[in-house]
Amino acid sequence: MKAKNQRLVLALIALVALVGAALLAMSALKDRASYFYSPSDALRDHVALGQAVRLGGVVEKGSLRRETDGVTIDFRVTDGIATVAARYTGIVPDLFREGSGVVAEGRFTAPGQFVADTILAKHDENYKPPELAGNGMHQSASLKK
Amino acid sequence: MIAETGLIALWIAAAFAALQACLGLAVLKAGGEDLMRAVRPVAIAQAVMTATAFGALLLVFYRTDLSVKLVVDDSATTLPTLYRITGAWGNHEGSMLMWVTILALAGAAVALFERRLPERTLAATIAAQGVIALGFFAFLLFSSNPFARVYDVPAEGNGFNPLLQDPGLAFHPPTLYVGYVGLSVAFSFAVGALLTRDVGPAFARAMRPWVLGAWMFLTLGITAGSYWAYYELGWGGWWFWDPTENASLMPWLAATALLHSVTVLATRDGLRAWTVMLAVVAFSMSMVGTFLVRSGVLTSVHAFALDPRRGAFILVLLALYIGGALALFGARIATVSEGNRFEPVSREGALVVNNLLLSVILAIVLIGTLYPLFTEAMGTKVSVGPPYFNATAGPIALILVAVMAAGPVMRWRRDQIVAVGKRIAIPAVLVIVALAVALWWAPGLHILPLLGLALAAGTAAASVAPLWKRNLRRTPLFTWGMVVAHFGVAVSLAGMASESAFTQETLVAARPGEMVRVGPYAVRFAAIEPVAGENYTAVQATLVATRGTATPITLRPAQRTFDNPPQQTSESAIATRPDGQLYTVVGEPVPGGRWQLRLWWKPFVTLIWLGGTLIAIGGALSLIGRSLPRRRKAEEQSGFARFR
Repeated sequence: MKAKNQRLVLALIALVALVGAALLAMSALKDRASYFYSPSDALRDHVALGQAVRLGGVVEKGSLRRETDGVTIDFRVTDGIATVAARYTGIVPDLFREGSGVVAEGRFTAPGQFVADTILAKHDENYKPPELAGNGMHQSASLKK
Repeated sequence: MIAETGLIALWIAAAFAALQACLGLAVLKAGGEDLMRAVRPVAIAQAVMTATAFGALLLVFYRTDLSVKLVVDDSATTLPTLYRITGAWGNHEGSMLMWVTILALAGAAVALFERRLPERTLAATIAAQGVIALGFFAFLLFSSNPFARVYDVPAEGNGFNPLLQDPGLAFHPPTLYVGYVGLSVAFSFAVGALLTRDVGPAFARAMRPWVLGAWMFLTLGITAGSYWAYYELGWGGWWFWDPTENASLMPWLAATALLHSVTVLATRDGLRAWTVMLAVVAFSMSMVGTFLVRSGVLTSVHAFALDPRRGAFILVLLALYIGGALALFGARIATVSEGNRFEPVSREGALVVNNLLLSVILAIVLIGTLYPLFTEAMGTKVSVGPPYFNATAGPIALILVAVMAAGPVMRWRRDQIVAVGKRIAIPAVLVIVALAVALWWAPGLHILPLLGLALAAGTAAASVAPLWKRNLRRTPLFTWGMVVAHFGVAVSLAGMASESAFTQETLVAARPGEMVRVGPYAVRFAAIEPVAGENYTAVQATLVATRGTATPITLRPAQRTFDNPPQQTSESAIATRPDGQLYTVVGEPVPGGRWQLRLWWKPFVTLIWLGGTLIAIGGALSLIGRSLPRRRKAEEQSGFARFR
């Protein structure tokens, strides 16, 4: 093979690989990107039960309740218009409290009933989150089922 | 006065950067010894002035000068001394100033020490460095002045984010920045070589130490960042695919590809265009990373204090630099003559596959990171997390590791499949044995951890294969570097697979005095009591863990409460044993005198970071080996010494 042809072939292979990567990425995104819903969105759009989604909003004041096992909590996520009941087993992040922002990853088990695998608490609005190293989220992974 | 001195120094440095760019271009255009002699001092003067500005910033932070806005926002007199200093780069403006300081110092080092490049290419390179620096100076001076004053001097600052009050995090950003900046030098070399149409082995040899150095620091930075996230955030994970993590991973992937393709260019004069392209891409990725992290465009839980002007500024810089470099690449690449040919089955062939796979992973990570931006622009909020990245990047990374095992035992230019097969027979058998053992011992393993464990065993064996039947004392240092780095990948992979396959977890609410079991440990919840720290108070649990007849371990996880700014952090307590880590976190009090306890037993998790450290050490060995006087010229020319 001439050098020029080899370069062409390599360029073509590279192109095919990158297009392949893009296709793979797009198809995986279709299946696995979890959609981000506010409680109103979730109730209006009828999220498929059992599908991995993220639910974002504020922990409703007065809604936080602890189960007797000491590690499971029930609370309501609200966006001011609609609310969704959520349940989580684990240690909540440091910034999680009533009235604070929350992003819960998990799934709906019934319309308006959410079970969280992971809870991410939003940083206090008055204070900047760590920006350098990343990983600034306060996270708590759930029990592996 | 100190703040004004810093600001003035910054302006002068910017002027020197502009002068440096003009002088460099003048040399490129007209040549001339005199002009070239002037370029070096200018680059050095720029570095001195920038360092002065950074020194001024460190000083105002050390003194907690509350008339400086940045100090008010990000520090307090009550902070421990270490964090009063590191607070200087624990914020946007300060970290940008540190970025440009490292850049200027690197530029001065190029001007002082670089002797391998032809004069015109060196001049073009230094000019490119000046242009890059100029962009960042403009950014600092027009949109992010770190020395801005406040006129109502407050009595106390707003404090420093407690999560950043950790020695690991104090030194982690500088490490990453050295890596990013090293890539900017590689980028300048590529631009210089394109301007003078001088893309060849000499250029590659001059660029390689910078790529190696940058790559080494990026590896260290990512490893340290991962460990920090693991122990400081108390969530027990070591990688989350968060956009800010991806921001450092993407340049690393590109740098890894570049490191391997630059070797092909240096030793075999192949992959010329591709190497130049990768140098452009690698620096672009560190710019994209900076943009993503700094601009606040990402819908992340980080939810930055949004500043669209900064984002726009970086975006413009990004477009100018990357667009300019790509335009130059397009205009000049046709005139870069072709390199040497090679057969598909050869060391070069393996390195091409390595480069393609790395590029594919890079593309996948980039798409996954940017996708939420695009959909949000379309009006849908989406978040892309571990399920996507693990499913796409995971399998390809495993294939990459397999190629990595085979590559070093292949000959340059042309090899026989059968012969290569014989050389990797032992590792291949090891993979199958490990697969069988894992299946027999832990039948329920998921596919990725299973393959990871098996491949790690094979790769560990294959990575030392290049040392087979060699006189170890005469084996060049850069060959050792490759062996150590590849072995480190195997070690790290084993740790990741083991952690995801065998971690055991217990989550309970317990009273003091109760026993909790996790993995091989029986943990007694001995006590819980308040303690006071330098600038926080804490509730600390005492846990005594016993395992068989071994001496009991005492662990003290705590919940710290800071009041400036008001924030709580959990301090995990971790006991490291040869076969894994016992990781403990204490949560909130629960009615009935109980406290939440979360315990993990993570077998061999430390291998993840040990492997990362080995990879960086491998890079360091190669760097030293390449910079030592050349005693064995023949081997130097053939890259790694030939496989025998």
